[in-house]
Amino acid sequence: MDFSFLQKYYGFFIDGTSITLFLSFFGVALGVILGVLLALMKLSKNILLKSFSSAYIELVRGTPLLVQLYIIYYGLPRLVGIDFGDITLGIVAISLNSAAYVAEIIRAGILSIDKGQMEAARSLGMPHNMAMMKIIIPQAFKNILPALGNEFIVLIKESSIVSVVGIHDLMYNADTVRGNTYLPFEPLIIAALIYFVITFILSKLLSLLERRMRAGDSSI
Amino acid sequence: MIQVSNLQKKFGKLQVLKGIDSNIEQGEVIVVIGPSGSGKSTFLRCLNLLEEPSGGTIIFEGNSITDKRNDINKLREKMGMVFQQFNLFPHMTVMENITLAPIHVKKLSKDEAEGIALGLLKRIGLEDKAQAYPNQLSGGQKQRIAIARALAMAPDVMLFDEPTSALDPEMVGEVLDVMRELAAEGMTMVVVTHEMGFAKEVGSRVLFMDDGKIVEEGSPAEIFDNPKHARTKDFLGKVLRY
Repeated sequence: MDFSFLQKYYGFFIDGTSITLFLSFFGVALGVILGVLLALMKLSKNILLKSFSSAYIELVRGTPLLVQLYIIYYGLPRLVGIDFGDITLGIVAISLNSAAYVAEIIRAGILSIDKGQMEAARSLGMPHNMAMMKIIIPQAFKNILPALGNEFIVLIKESSIVSVVGIHDLMYNADTVRGNTYLPFEPLIIAALIYFVITFILSKLLSLLERRMRAGDSSI
Repeated sequence: MIQVSNLQKKFGKLQVLKGIDSNIEQGEVIVVIGPSGSGKSTFLRCLNLLEEPSGGTIIFEGNSITDKRNDINKLREKMGMVFQQFNLFPHMTVMENITLAPIHVKKLSKDEAEGIALGLLKRIGLEDKAQAYPNQLSGGQKQRIAIARALAMAPDVMLFDEPTSALDPEMVGEVLDVMRELAAEGMTMVVVTHEMGFAKEVGSRVLFMDDGKIVEEGSPAEIFDNPKHARTKDFLGKVLRY
């Protein structure tokens, strides 16, 4: 194998990686915010919010990310008449998709907390939302951290799909290097390695966080 | 202090409370006894609206608790509740458990709230556990902390839902001691329990419930030594035999 192309083309990988990280970061952040909202809507007693959230989650889970990406990428600018820019549209597509999965993870986490916790909080005079924020969600978050971490890792990898609409992420740039160098194989190895390093570091950081959050769990 | 009239509660088709009438006066220690499924926990949980009554009224300090115009959160501040399963917040230290509601609901300063918490912890003999997490404590200690947490809001009435039923036998005493002290200080209490000794000794009035109704009520002496109703006799005959 010949990796000498890196001397000339390393910049492509650096640029691609930064775009991938940028997309993933905002994809995760927006995905979590929307996911929390969707989860709370699905758990609420308001039938309208509940059915909207359920329908959204079913729809997103039941259609391929690639189709969603195309719909957002070609449809959204036409629908609202604003040119958003490639990367924004990529982030919108990824986070709208991730939100559905995050919502289900969070909902399961909230339901896993004993109902006595909510009752204890309410009986102390705490309003429902305060009890949710101070008592239920912190505990739920600890329980769902592994599943949530998994979703983040999936999102980083799946973000490579935006290369099909021409966003210059890591995957797209690796392809460009393949074309320029006539090397079909080696640039892919580099891309795989970079994806792996990113997800591996994230996975280690998450398990560190998990351990710290379990500090209160040491029992006698 | 609390006036309950014709209180009803249905879970689906199952009618659990079939018209409860009771007046709870300031300083009384009401002990609610009865077989399981008689509705005594549901009755207690209706008092602070953890269960929504299906009918009837509950007036607490002049305010109807089921009236939507009254802020139930404000009323609950004045009603402490202690649960069978303790329900301490496992992700918080003992100190945080006790000060959470005083700080965020009553808007006390952190120092003020911690001062109150330390005083309460001293009273129950657990001041050395302030920085411990709940799962580092024994069941008896957890329940005493749960009582302290409720007391930190300075409630006018304390509701106890089988506070010793989930405890190992050797830990029942320490929790009952705290409750006994509380009663001696004049706290208004409603206690659902199977501890007949406690009911006899500390209760100012005993309610015997069966099948969603108050079958008989009276002083501990009247209920335990001279029960009038056949069902009361039957129940006491079974639980006092041991």
